[in-house]
Amino acid sequence: MDGGGGLRLNMNTLDYLILALYFVTVLGVGFAARRAIRTSVDFFLSGRSLPAWVTGLAFVSANLGALEIIGMAANGAQYGVMTVHYYWIGAVPAMVFLGIVMMPFYYGSRVRSVPEYLRLRFNRPTHLLNALSFAAAQVLIAGVNLYALALVMQALLGWPLWLAIVVGAAIVLAYITIGGLSGAIYNEVLQFFVILAGLIPVTVIGLVKVGGVAGLMDAVKGSKLGEAGLHAWQGTGSTDNPLGAHWLGIVFGLGFVLSFGYWTTNFAEVQRALSARNMSAARRTPIIAAYPKLFIPLVTIIPGLVALVTVKGLGAESGSLVYNNAIPLLMRDLLPNGVLGVAVTGLLASFMAGMAANVSGFNTVFTYDIWQAYVQRDRSDEYYLRIGRLATVGGVVVGIGTAFIAAGFSNIMNYIQALFSLFNAPLFATFIIGMFWKRMSAVAGFWSLLLGTLASLVTYLGYKFFGWFDFNSDLEESFWGAGIAFVTVAVVAAIITPLTRPKRRDELEGLVYGMANTTLADDSLAGDAAWYRSPVLLGGIAVLLAILFYLPVF
Amino acid sequence: MSEHSDRDRRQRPPHEAHDPMVEETEEERSRSAAARLFDIRRVIGGLFVAYGVIVGLIGLFDSQAEIDKAQGVRINLWAGLVMLVFGLLMLAWQRISPPEAPAPPGDDDGR
Repeated sequence: MDGGGGLRLNMNTLDYLILALYFVTVLGVGFAARRAIRTSVDFFLSGRSLPAWVTGLAFVSANLGALEIIGMAANGAQYGVMTVHYYWIGAVPAMVFLGIVMMPFYYGSRVRSVPEYLRLRFNRPTHLLNALSFAAAQVLIAGVNLYALALVMQALLGWPLWLAIVVGAAIVLAYITIGGLSGAIYNEVLQFFVILAGLIPVTVIGLVKVGGVAGLMDAVKGSKLGEAGLHAWQGTGSTDNPLGAHWLGIVFGLGFVLSFGYWTTNFAEVQRALSARNMSAARRTPIIAAYPKLFIPLVTIIPGLVALVTVKGLGAESGSLVYNNAIPLLMRDLLPNGVLGVAVTGLLASFMAGMAANVSGFNTVFTYDIWQAYVQRDRSDEYYLRIGRLATVGGVVVGIGTAFIAAGFSNIMNYIQALFSLFNAPLFATFIIGMFWKRMSAVAGFWSLLLGTLASLVTYLGYKFFGWFDFNSDLEESFWGAGIAFVTVAVVAAIITPLTRPKRRDELEGLVYGMANTTLADDSLAGDAAWYRSPVLLGGIAVLLAILFYLPVF
Repeated sequence: MSEHSDRDRRQRPPHEAHDPMVEETEEERSRSAAARLFDIRRVIGGLFVAYGVIVGLIGLFDSQAEIDKAQGVRINLWAGLVMLVFGLLMLAWQRISPPEAPAPPGDDDGR
């Protein structure tokens, strides 16, 4: 493996002090959260006690992992301004939808996880299918995140890969095993700020270097992206644009099926909202998260573009000039010691945030949805708390294994991520139909999810390996695959439901639209009724801002 | 919200959940220690004050070469200052509005 010597940063003692201070703080937060854990809900859902701003920032931070920072800056350099679609249409509307429409069902039914919703709404086979695929996805993706973390530590700091993997895993393991979800969430909030503290100086100095926003725009016009690199929608009437995507694909594929699938059913995200202290806070969680999400492109895409126009030869197939190194290269070129230490800390924080989200999602689903539901019923709450801690250790160990496998076959990373993104669209379709069509039967739920997932899988494999289908790009495949899966779920549900027995009314209470939970106590706190805490209003403003943000870069 | 709030539902335990596993967990919540969780604003504030001081001090003594590397911006000084102010604001926020109420917020479901 290439050590990426060209990326090596000139870290001095003070930079390392900044990094060390962060690691110590993260571990301290884990230990300090320990005293707040007595029950399994304390461990897995922070006792459902957190305020909305904490869960909201954790919600966005859980997604600010490896892919996000490094990947979106790379996309910025490669596709230009079109990358904003991943934020403004590909995330914000789905987050708002989750808060306004879906959260009442999740939080109101008191389910402890997203798969558990499927057990109550449909049946155990549907539940087991989803619980197993989610658990497997989380440990494997945790491994991918860990590998990415180790690669950065190796390239930037010169640490050997194995050491970086073990150190990264040990820190995450320690603070989650000890501090549970509170440890994870509190650290995510801290990470959110540290990540920003690291990215903002890179962005600012980058902009100064290219002569401000105007200078950047001029330079991009003269780059290999050209004028097209500055527009989000222009040229999407065909697929002749940097992203190779038609506006229909962007709106329905990315904006609807892909992003809704990811944001609304991914338990690693939804878990943050379930840990909120009441319904109002739970609903506001993803909506509060939507606000930082609106602005994150400023500190990912702008550095990507700056790297494109200032780093000669960026965009190489391999070596240290690949697009993925856009941000590390800028850090090397522009940051003096001091802020350099903060930036490295922010980068490492982002990798750990991603991995921690996967691990804390995994231990919950493993304990509640696999162990308690199918292996050991009716044990004491202490017992499940212990299983949760063991599951955390197990999850991290498997993650380390995956990281080492990924180190051996780096393509595996891409396949793992592609593979699990296949599960999102059919899952979302099953949820949304199940939530709004109360007649949909349990049997239909199972077959819809299974056949939808298979449809998604066949589309992917048929395109990638067997040449059955032809798409312009991987991105277009994912749009179409998601759309096909969605339609499959809908059709299967429509065919099977009339032939099978419906769920009883009382079984659906609180789980389905129009079957409101009439016993749900009003859990609102003083101040929740304030107009500025209305989820609908906050969500509406977020969507409006997303639309307005598009105007200057149309 | 609508009329199907019929009799049988009234006899259920005070918790909304009607699944045995969910219910057991809900019942355990009376033992919850979540109220003992500390306030994260203190940690964020503390870390950023420390970062602000360290980076700001580095900035005071930056050499010309370092300033040139950052395109003439005294970035350490500025970043240190901003982080310091941010950290102090976090601490001040915690002072002004301390975490709500001694009652564990998890305990809000009408017990």
